[in-house]
Amino acid sequence: MDLIADRGRRVTIDELNTTRLLAHARKQAHRRNFDDVVIVDVDAHHYEGENFDEFLPYMENDVLRQLTMSGRMKGMARANVMPSQVGYQDMGGRVTRYPLRSSEKTESGSLRDIQLGHRWMDAMSVDYSCLFPTGMLSIGLHPQKEMEADLCWAYNRWLTEKVLPEGGNRFYSMLCLPFNDPEQSLRHVETFGDRKHVGGFMVTTVRPDMAVYDNAYMKLYRAMEERGLVLSFHSGPNWGEPIFKSCNRFLSAHALGFTWYNVLHCTNWVINGMGERFPKLPVIWIESGLAWVPFLMQRLDHEYMLRPSEAPLLKKKPSDYMRDMYYSSQPMEIQDYGAMECTFRMMNAETQLLYSSDYPHWDFDLPSTIWDLPFLSEKAKHNILGGTAARLFKLEPRNDKQKENLKRFGNLATAA
Amino acid sequence: MAEKFVAKVSEFNDGDRRIVFVGDNEIGVFRHDGEFFAYSNFCLHQGGPACEGLTIAKVEERLRPDKTSAGLYFSKDEMHFVCPWHGMEYDMKTGECVSDRKLRLKKYKILQKGDDVYVVA
Repeated sequence: MDLIADRGRRVTIDELNTTRLLAHARKQAHRRNFDDVVIVDVDAHHYEGENFDEFLPYMENDVLRQLTMSGRMKGMARANVMPSQVGYQDMGGRVTRYPLRSSEKTESGSLRDIQLGHRWMDAMSVDYSCLFPTGMLSIGLHPQKEMEADLCWAYNRWLTEKVLPEGGNRFYSMLCLPFNDPEQSLRHVETFGDRKHVGGFMVTTVRPDMAVYDNAYMKLYRAMEERGLVLSFHSGPNWGEPIFKSCNRFLSAHALGFTWYNVLHCTNWVINGMGERFPKLPVIWIESGLAWVPFLMQRLDHEYMLRPSEAPLLKKKPSDYMRDMYYSSQPMEIQDYGAMECTFRMMNAETQLLYSSDYPHWDFDLPSTIWDLPFLSEKAKHNILGGTAARLFKLEPRNDKQKENLKRFGNLATAA
Repeated sequence: MAEKFVAKVSEFNDGDRRIVFVGDNEIGVFRHDGEFFAYSNFCLHQGGPACEGLTIAKVEERLRPDKTSAGLYFSKDEMHFVCPWHGMEYDMKTGECVSDRKLRLKKYKILQKGDDVYVVA
């Protein structure tokens, strides 16, 4: 297949085959005996926009469903069903799996998304993936909260009834919440929270105005805490956000945006004492990298020491509450091992950090990015790659060696 | 050091590439502007297939004498090859990582014998 390079020059690249593309990942996994280690990827994606035909029919409201389904060509979504953003994740075709995606062949008889998922998981030796959508990460920008709720409903029904059951028990999800509508969010938890393969719920944090501390959400958090579910906040970029409009390169908007939204909402979560209100609700901050964590710990501790009257629910420093929460690892800023070691220490990475690949997105991380860190203990490597997540999401080891390793590092006890 | 046959010169067009396997090693061989270049196929970032992606000219930003930007252009002189996993770019002529030129892919010697191209590995 030809890709367009400079001045219209065409470059021939083989059609996409995920297994072949990731052959070096498989070699890495083999050399490190990763098949003996439980590896849980807490943030992987599929392209749900390629499946609109499958899940839009699950929308509940006749009028909204007709709006989204009318006038579509087969297999193609109307461009205005979901909020969309300007962005160049594929770097002008340099990350070839984007433009070549449609060229990858799958077998009939089982879901394409599952087949593709198994290909990358097998290459990386990932045992379990938490499957998230891609386009719906911008659902918080939808101007109609009733449409947001119905699209989330349809996606969550399709995912839990059609997709996850076909995954060979290797996929789970934290389902997308329509967070602009607290009552509907609660309904999602009550309806889907007990379903198989559901480990929790995810809030997309790219939203124009989101107050995680609003009283309207307390029933939602309580319902999740009571059910032993995990609450996660998945960040993203938004080049259209007023503060980022001065960025003239996608690099800038992407680097700042993915960090910014979790910095903002984590600040509000901590300062409003949510950790005191819901101490048994596990919270994960997803896809902001790690460098922001020590930054925010220091900023919030500094302010709190002088202004405790503005955070009266806190019984310890903000950084202590941050150390009670979890963080996904990708995209890990591997530029300065000294800074990274400090980050890992400050966040108690051994118990609070969860490996994530973000595959197939452009800045994915392989499990070796954790395994090869020179300052980590063996226990920390096992915990981060999957032991901690196995405990959190009650995931079973897939072979005897994995069971031994879970047991060895104290992660087997609560695994189902 | 063994000589590994890559291709016939007459069948190796400008702009083409070949991946050759020498034991566990993989070497990417490019033909660019009539010259052959051979590098390790393992990206210095996360080990991706560095030589199997797009080739694309360097992007330059040109400045006017008063330091205002005249915009972005493709270089006429510098070609890059790009690891398809994450987009890490390498200089075709040197194998240097263009975002940090202290890093460079292992370069292999090319031999031409008549119409045959070999890489020495």
